[in-house]
Amino acid sequence: MSAATDSVYRRFLRHRLGVAGLVVIVLLFGFCFLGPVVYHTNQVQTNILAANLAPGVQGHPLGTTDVGFDELGRLMVGGRSSLEIGLAAGLLATAIGTIWGSVAGYAGGWLDSVLMRIVDTGIAIPALFLLLVAGTIVRPTVGVLIVIIGVVSWLVPARLVRAESLTLANREYVLTMKALGGGSARAIGRHIVPNAIGTVVVNATFQVADAILLVAYVSFLGLGVPFPGTDWGGMLSNGISYTYDGYWWMIVPPGVAIILVVFAFNVIGDALRDAFELRLGSR
Amino acid sequence: MGRFVVQRAAQAAVVVVLVTIVTFLLLHALPGGPARGILGLKATRIQIEQFNKTNGFDEPLPRQYWSYLVRLLHGNLGTSYKLNQSVASLLVERVPKTLLLTAMSTAVALVLAVPLGVWQALHRHRVGDHVTSSLVLVGYATPAFFLALVLVIVFAEKWPLLPPEAPQGTSISALLAHFSGLVLPIVTGAVTTLAAFSRYVRSSVLDNLAEDYVRTARAKGVSERRIVWIHVLRNSLTSLVALLGYYLPVLFGGAVVVESIYNYPGVGLLFWNAAQQSDYPVLLGVVLVISVATVVGSLAADLAQAAIDPRVRGALR
Repeated sequence: MSAATDSVYRRFLRHRLGVAGLVVIVLLFGFCFLGPVVYHTNQVQTNILAANLAPGVQGHPLGTTDVGFDELGRLMVGGRSSLEIGLAAGLLATAIGTIWGSVAGYAGGWLDSVLMRIVDTGIAIPALFLLLVAGTIVRPTVGVLIVIIGVVSWLVPARLVRAESLTLANREYVLTMKALGGGSARAIGRHIVPNAIGTVVVNATFQVADAILLVAYVSFLGLGVPFPGTDWGGMLSNGISYTYDGYWWMIVPPGVAIILVVFAFNVIGDALRDAFELRLGSR
Repeated sequence: MGRFVVQRAAQAAVVVVLVTIVTFLLLHALPGGPARGILGLKATRIQIEQFNKTNGFDEPLPRQYWSYLVRLLHGNLGTSYKLNQSVASLLVERVPKTLLLTAMSTAVALVLAVPLGVWQALHRHRVGDHVTSSLVLVGYATPAFFLALVLVIVFAEKWPLLPPEAPQGTSISALLAHFSGLVLPIVTGAVTTLAAFSRYVRSSVLDNLAEDYVRTARAKGVSERRIVWIHVLRNSLTSLVALLGYYLPVLFGGAVVVESIYNYPGVGLLFWNAAQQSDYPVLLGVVLVISVATVVGSLAADLAQAAIDPRVRGALR
């Protein structure tokens, strides 16, 4: 580990809320991915006879859903899709945005203008609408949702990285490398992106948090992971229909899970920003 | 300044054209194309072919795009499949209501976020900063539909202080007459945007406090209070205004959710219902208006910012 990454690491550990966030994320991942190994439930076949059971009844610690799935087991399965989609879509958006932004900022001139006007157009068109159109054309699966959410969320990282790359492109070491005959790909890959890595990493954590929220909204719109699969947003909006029957166990656990994971990724992002000593205006 | 205005306006014009190209292509990607949009779902295939021929929809796409633009410029956004009303008249009816609700919840969010962000910056890394930041972040992390549910259960069911639904009415004054019904929608919208604004103000104030002009002001003996609330805040607020321009699509996304939960008769609910019923002319009309508003909004914000802050003119995005 180099001295620079070592000090980033130490500064992160000093940030107590950030470390707490990291612990929460690790626990949630363990719960969703290792939980089903220990706690076996049937999350494919419905069982109407065991529907709407309150917590504790018939050996269901968190009760059952409207079609008789064990709620605790469902929370693990649903969390798996939420975390998978959120993480993969957030990283995909960051990757697209980083490449797009660093090329635009480094190239400058007409290419920069073209690339950034495309970003402006994407920002102007509400993501919700693009999600709706995509939802009517393709059947949503975890993979499809990753691509769709990633593709509507790369615009902000593109702007951030472009701003960073614009200043880096005129640094002496980059100019020297160019004078020595280095190519653009080398400049971007070896100098621009590594030097913007703080911005990229911090933004990636926020992107993941936003992607997890967006998945919840997509499910609320009825375009989420199809039955019998689910995600926390899908569980939540399904549970909401039973609010007035008093089935709180279908609403509170997924709601709290979403808040917890989005909160945790945000405080990790804050801690990373302090650790990298960044000044990211907008976040 | 003149050069900046021209350049920035040209950029905005390019983006508007790109937006119309995207909506045009989406309209054509739909089954049946624009003929369906105008004739409605019950039109037969022969009617559609006839319509395409007489209206030039069998012509090459670039020429069709041109006539689409001409129609747009005449305010013709097509006709709703479901509501038997032109999209333009629907928008005229609905847009002011959404503006009213969104403006009020954004105003509430800003009134709370600006002092909070400044206070947090001045007390950064102390207990008060952590506690308030965390509370605001919980608001941000809560899906609006979940928050709305909790608010309705607490303030309309358990303690029946407020109505669980937004007021219905055709005019703005009818909506305002039942203001109590607007409280929960306003709060829901404000809570979810509060975090974005207060974090922005907090980090912007911190950034500004490290600037040379602050050091100069301190050296001249200006009081700390005056530095923060007059010098720094002025800089932070101008960039916050610029942020608002770009924030319009996010606010619209929030409006769709809030309006559909509380059944508030604005553009968001119109969009939501159109989405449920595949009413594409309405969807595309709303998207076009929101997109153009965003472009114009961010243009206006940038120009305002440039007028106030000369440094912005140099750094054209």
